[in-house]
Parts: sequence; C-alpha cells; structure tokens
Amino acid sequence: MSKLIAYNSWFFAKTVKILLALTAFLFFTTSCELPATGAGKWPGVDESVVEKYAKEHGREAWTPFINTDQGDLLLFVFLLAGTVGGFAAGYSWRMLMSEKSAESSRSNKT
Amino acid sequence: MNRYRKFAVCLTTLVATLLFSTSAHAMHISEGILPFPWAALWSALAIPFVALGVKRLNMLAKDDLSFKPLVGLMAAVVFIISCMPVPVPTAGTCSHPCGTGIAAILVGPFVSILITAVALLIQALFLSHGGLTTWGANIVSMGVAGSFAGYFTFRCLRRMGATLGVAGFAAGIFADWATYLTTSVELASGIRGDAPFLPLFWKILIAFIPTQLPLGLLEGAMTAGMVVLLYRKRPDLLVKMKVLKAEEVAA
Repeated sequence: MSKLIAYNSWFFAKTVKILLALTAFLFFTTSCELPATGAGKWPGVDESVVEKYAKEHGREAWTPFINTDQGDLLLFVFLLAGTVGGFAAGYSWRMLMSEKSAESSRSNKT
Repeated sequence: MNRYRKFAVCLTTLVATLLFSTSAHAMHISEGILPFPWAALWSALAIPFVALGVKRLNMLAKDDLSFKPLVGLMAAVVFIISCMPVPVPTAGTCSHPCGTGIAAILVGPFVSILITAVALLIQALFLSHGGLTTWGANIVSMGVAGSFAGYFTFRCLRRMGATLGVAGFAAGIFADWATYLTTSVELASGIRGDAPFLPLFWKILIAFIPTQLPLGLLEGAMTAGMVVLLYRKRPDLLVKMKVLKAEEVAA
C-alpha cells in the first residue's frame, strides 16, 4: 500500500513537472512577437512558404475537394482524428507491450 | 483528491484549452499548387513505392503476427505526428514533424511509405491538409525521401558503432530535413514556369530552415526516445525487426 502511495505521488509529481514545462512553453510561444511573416500569428509553413512562393509564381491553392476548413468544423475533425489515432496508438502499444511481451515470456519459459 | 492531482487537473485543462484554441496549420503541398504534369509525374513516381510497401507488408504479416500491431502503432504515430502543428518561436511559424524516421527504422522503408500514403490520403480527404492532386508529391517527399533518409542514416550509424539513441536521433533529423529538401525540389520545379530552377529552389529551402531546423531536432529527440523506449520494453521486438542483433540484446 505504501509503495502504491509512493508511486502515485511520484507519478503526479512527474505529471505536474511535464505539464508545467508544457504550459511555460505554450505561454512563451503564444506571447512571442513574430518575425515579418505578414500572415498573421503562427502561420503554417504551407502558408508562409509553400503558398507564398506559389502565389508569387502564379499558382494558388484550390479549395479542398471535401472542405472541412469552415469555422470550427476543422477543429472537430482534428479532434476526431486525434481521438481515433490516439486510440489506435494506445491499443497497438498495449498489444505490443503487455499482451505480446507476456506471450513471448511464456513461450520462453516453455 | 490530493494537492498534486488537483494541480494536474487544472494544468491539463489549461493546456488543453490553449492547444485547442489554435487553428491547424500544415506543411504538405496544398491542393492545386502543382501544375497537372508535375502532379502526375510525382504520382507516377510514388505508385511503385506504395505497391512495394503493400507487397512487403503482406509478406511480413504472413511470417509474423506481431508485425501487425507494430504497423498499427507506426501508422497511428505517423498520422498523429504529421498533422500535429508545433509552434516554432524562433521562426514565428508552425509546422510538424513527420514520424517517418521512426517508422522506417522499425518496419522498414517500404512499409513506412505505405503508412505515409494512407495517412496523407486521410488528411487530404478529411482534414484539408495536403491534397489529392498533390498526394503523389507529398508521398515522395514525406514517404519516400523521409523514410529512406531515416532508414539509411540509422543503418549507417549503427554499422559505424553508434548507440541506438544517437543513431535514432540522427535518423529523425535527416528524415525530417530530407522531407523538406524534397518538398523544395518539387515546389521549385513545379511552380517556376520560365524562371531558372536553382535560385527558386534555394529561396524555398532557405525559407524552410528557420522552422525546420529546430523541428528536425525535435523529431530526432522523439525518434531516439521511441527507439530507446522500445529497446527497454521489448528488445525481442527490435531483434525480430532486425534493428538489433540477438547478441547485442544478450550482452
């Protein structure tokens, strides 16, 4: 029991440290002023490099065939994709780390 | 609820709010940027690599069932990482790592290309990220160039006696940088019109550097971390995937 409590406080201490570092990083990045990109705050390199040079040479990006870049729809789709991707990653990780390693250690014993 | 837990919940909420309040930004070549002949050329170049990836995946999955969860994990990693915008304060822009370095090390370059093709297709269809006309070009830059650069860097450094962490770090860096180098070639050759190729190529490549130089380092750290973690948790898997020799694990 005492081991479990020690593990719990160690785990939460680590979590707090990681979250603090992440928060500091996010505050730092969101409060920084940009160099002259001219495309608003934090443009992607597709906007600040790819589309910028393409436009200079007479090429412009088309609207995507399935346009999810409308209002908060894109956020929803990204959230959905992140959830599905995260589930797939976690499920595969568990299969690899818990179930398969147990299987391989069993087969090693026999 | 103890003090640490309360603090962790508050911080998680704050971080989640900050993360989800920004809009997504990409690095793939967007829909319609490349003229049709160039888009077709890059697609034609990508098809044989994807076909070889399918063949290799079927071959490996037939031999070893544990290959499937590893491919599933790598597919999820490449998909998530390649649509995760990371702000780079030195440049004031956002971009993302590719994940092809770690995928190529663990499942081989051809299967890594196949994984990338699937991830790019889903992103082009549903996330307004990349495009269907530029799918081939994006496969060649992120999948082919990224995977092979990462794979060969890792193999060469391991042969020269580098540790797993160092070889993984360099593989991640070169996979990322090779992707953007190839994107610069694709973009410069596609959009230049009558202008000379080289000046435009250098201009685009230099514009990528402030963002991709630090992101390459981040990708290197992620790749090294993942290889070392797998070595600690499942060294037998690395032996099976021929990343390590059995003698190295025994030692």
